[in-house]
Amino acid sequence: MSLASQRINYRKSSRPSAFAGFDPILTIAVALLLVIGTLLVYAATRNWYAANGLDPEYYLKRHILNILIGSLLAWGTTVIDYRLIRAYTPLLWILGVIGLTAVLIPGIGVEVNGANAWIGLPFGFQLQPAELAKISIIVGMSMILSERTHDTDAAQHRDVMQALVIAAIPVLLIAAQPDMGTIFIIGIAVVTIIAVSGAPMRWVVGLILVAVIGSFAAVKVGVINDYQVKRLQAFVDPNVDSQGSGYQLRQARITVGSGGLLGTGLFDGPQTNGRFVPEQQTDFIFTVAGEELGFLGSGFIIILYLTVLMRAFGIARRSTDPYGRLVCTGVIAWFAFQAFENIGMTLGMMPMTGVPLPFVSYGGSSMFATMIGFGLLQNVHARHHG
Amino acid sequence: MNQRARLSLLVVQVLIFSLLIGLLGRLFYLQVAAGPKYRDAALSIQSRDVVTPATRGLIVDSSGVPLALNRVGIAVTVDRTKIDRQPDKGVAVLQSLAKLLKLEYADIYQRTRLCGELPKGAKAGCWTGSRFQPIPITKEADPEIALRIVERSDQYPGVSATPVAIRNYPGNIGVNGAHLLGYIGPLTENDLAGANGRSYYRSESIGKAGLEIQYDEYLRGTPGIKTVIVDRKEAVTRTSQNTKPVGGDHLVTSIDARVQASAESALADAVRRARASGYPSDGAAAVVMDVTNGQILALASYPTFDPNSYERGLTVSEAKNLYSAKAGVPALSRALQGVFAPASTFKAVSVVAAANAGYNLNTSYDCPSQVEVGTRAFQNFESKALGRISLKKAIAVSCDTIWYRIAFDEWLRDGGLKPKSDANDYFYNAAKGFQVGIKTGIDLPSESSGRLADREWRKDWYSQNKDFYCNYKTRASKSQQTAFLIQLAYENCLDGDKIRAGDAVNFSIGQGDTVITPVKLAQMYAAIANGGTLWKPTIAKAIVKTDGTVIKAFEKEKLGSLPAEKETIRFLKSALREVVISGTGAGVFSGFPIEISGKTGTAQVFGRNPNGGEKADTSWFASYAPAKKPRFAVVMMVSQGGFGASTSGVGVRKIYETLFGVKGSKVDSAEIIFPSGVPPVTLPKISPATKVKGAK
Repeated sequence: MSLASQRINYRKSSRPSAFAGFDPILTIAVALLLVIGTLLVYAATRNWYAANGLDPEYYLKRHILNILIGSLLAWGTTVIDYRLIRAYTPLLWILGVIGLTAVLIPGIGVEVNGANAWIGLPFGFQLQPAELAKISIIVGMSMILSERTHDTDAAQHRDVMQALVIAAIPVLLIAAQPDMGTIFIIGIAVVTIIAVSGAPMRWVVGLILVAVIGSFAAVKVGVINDYQVKRLQAFVDPNVDSQGSGYQLRQARITVGSGGLLGTGLFDGPQTNGRFVPEQQTDFIFTVAGEELGFLGSGFIIILYLTVLMRAFGIARRSTDPYGRLVCTGVIAWFAFQAFENIGMTLGMMPMTGVPLPFVSYGGSSMFATMIGFGLLQNVHARHHG
Repeated sequence: MNQRARLSLLVVQVLIFSLLIGLLGRLFYLQVAAGPKYRDAALSIQSRDVVTPATRGLIVDSSGVPLALNRVGIAVTVDRTKIDRQPDKGVAVLQSLAKLLKLEYADIYQRTRLCGELPKGAKAGCWTGSRFQPIPITKEADPEIALRIVERSDQYPGVSATPVAIRNYPGNIGVNGAHLLGYIGPLTENDLAGANGRSYYRSESIGKAGLEIQYDEYLRGTPGIKTVIVDRKEAVTRTSQNTKPVGGDHLVTSIDARVQASAESALADAVRRARASGYPSDGAAAVVMDVTNGQILALASYPTFDPNSYERGLTVSEAKNLYSAKAGVPALSRALQGVFAPASTFKAVSVVAAANAGYNLNTSYDCPSQVEVGTRAFQNFESKALGRISLKKAIAVSCDTIWYRIAFDEWLRDGGLKPKSDANDYFYNAAKGFQVGIKTGIDLPSESSGRLADREWRKDWYSQNKDFYCNYKTRASKSQQTAFLIQLAYENCLDGDKIRAGDAVNFSIGQGDTVITPVKLAQMYAAIANGGTLWKPTIAKAIVKTDGTVIKAFEKEKLGSLPAEKETIRFLKSALREVVISGTGAGVFSGFPIEISGKTGTAQVFGRNPNGGEKADTSWFASYAPAKKPRFAVVMMVSQGGFGASTSGVGVRKIYETLFGVKGSKVDSAEIIFPSGVPPVTLPKISPATKVKGAK
């Protein structure tokens, strides 16, 4: 503790600049991810769109727009007084719940790939409230678990229960869509936040048990849709459902594997250009990296995530107040497991769920949410640098 | 931050770090360790081989007349992968297609079924290829009907019509040649899996029988392959490779279309005449061979089938007919697959045996009406006693009793039922010298070896059948329980492992368990004619390119020599000439301007026909000509055809008439097939338009 404090003190005094709030390594890593993502989105869509007589830069333009909006959101989240964030958290949470309810209402919600996860907006834009709900859950839980009404630093049973209620309501609404990938990520973020809040370990162990039993029960009872069961089966045995999700997983693995060490070169992947992998600008974007950039390029993406996450751990550890630490922890768990789930699914290590790759996949809501998450990390970082 | 929270954070950090490192490891495995495997998989997903079949090489006769060529036809094909997806599995489409093509629905249904889908015994006419290739219903569709199918594709989903190359057997001057040429058909899964060591593309056709399969590797050529890269929707994104098809090479055979046609019609005629005389005549074969090198000039089998029927599309009844016993199993090539007792034609072997055993060939022997062999009396043919006659005369008139005596004496000398360990076995050894019981090695598939019923064979046979004959009353069916058969079974059980006296004497006149194919007999008589050399019968002379370049020339191949002194062969030749001058063949060839040598054979056959009648004799005539300077061996066999001379002998005469241009009792020099007396030595020019010489 003392060593870390000394280092913080040292930095406090030596970095008086206006942009001192930004962790430079974290920022560079995220910026690189954004640039690579932009290239991959373009690579994934240009040929297909051109071949079908459409604007080959359609996705590229929209993606860059998303990044610009996302950057504004990140900047805003970084520079805003974190007390304001705390103040707005209840409102954000309520908006999230309203959004999640709205997607379930026919006419407002748009069904894509069997899930009612989107709200249709004018000009063909769509909003995915679950992405924003991640933020409200992380911030909301952190707020409750860090309110100190007791002598001790650690969260107590009552706090934990309150925090769980904050998480449970949006989670149940997301389960109704259903979007199991998001629930998986939120679930892990919730358990991680509780673990780091200093709450009794019983809670952590208990929640993990509940999650395991719950997912088994969900499959058995049939809460999970047929297509989700098929995805799980296809994960275990790719020959099951060889036309549907088994096909996608097989194609994804072949596309990544065929990239080899150096890849085919950007824009030159025949698997990508033939569009053998579906959703390759969103959920399966890592296949494009695998094929065209090879092990060196796609491995570099994983290294960038490692850099982002390890920097974020540093921020969490240096944070002097529990609130900032918990927010960081939540964001870390979110980014880490979303990236792991996405890449793991592409590589056949995880079952197939529809989660985007943070900072890289095409998609506005996801981009905005991850950029806000990035802003939260910077905000916590900035507070301890003055 | 308390200790527990700090520890938790560290645990989470370690966990996440290891997960991402795990991802890196997995990524390394997929891309670097297993990379090549996935690259292959990716290539096979993206690339499609578009196969353009090569034009198949021609099969021509020795003067260039095409026996097999290619024509352009219009194929109406059915795509199983498409019609299977229709709600009624394509029934409605196939029904309307049947109406359009004026075919039976059942035939179309059968033709579009994979053989594996049908129950055993109901496979006739099934599709031997795979589900993924378009299945041709016919390759000779009316262009107007084809156009209707193409124009109204909505009415015939899964059906299409395209021009295709079809194999055609033009039947110049009436040549059928089905057993000789074979036919082509779609690849089976076995072929694709490389069963014969060659690799094929799914859409190719392959020789299925006869010369078409024997020389398939030359005839088929190399298909053109265009490898295209496709996307998920099978739209072609680029063409990566392109090789042009290379047409197959041509097969020049030693067949002469005129002789072949003549052999076929002589065969049909022989069967017709035999039937008119009340013989069932259920099958026949004829072989014409060049005695100097084994080259086959004609090879025919009866009954036959239309070799074009496969390309036209077999109906179920046609397909069943090919293998039905009632129709005489037309698919069977009797010239090389039919085995029959050779009867008196086998006496040529006996002459060699007797000479080797020290019998004087130039003296007289008694030819009684019957000979007592052990307890049984063996009758002469038609039970005639001819008194003391020369051996030459005995051959000419086909006296059997002389041979009974010699064979019986030799059998006794070899130890009888207690054979000596150093038995001379003159008869068996002579037959072995003629390579009886061994395939001739003719360049056609599925030849039968026939059977030499010598001592070894007896032992094998006994060990296999002992159980049956020794328990005959319980094992045999009711219809087999006749007094004669029961007695036979008793004897077989008793000493069936030994050559008995009866077996030995039967062997000497070509009766009993020794059987041969017509092509084997032709090879044997050619050997006598040429002075003792057994040549391997060959049909292929050369593989040539269209420009005349010879890819491969097939040389004559000597398989062995007859185990006979020159003197013996000279005697044999004079005896065989005598057959036609004054013996059993004299009537048939009376007044024939060319000197023929030959031997009749009339083999008794045991057993009954399906209608209950006793089986009729096998009619043989084995011959060569011209007698003084032999060039051609001609053999004809008519199963259940009656007498050797009157059925087969007349048939052989007709073939010689064609060969030598004989009209009545004169030679018409304009009609001689080979004016120089010998078949062409030089290879002909290859052209599908070559006409038969002298044909109008």
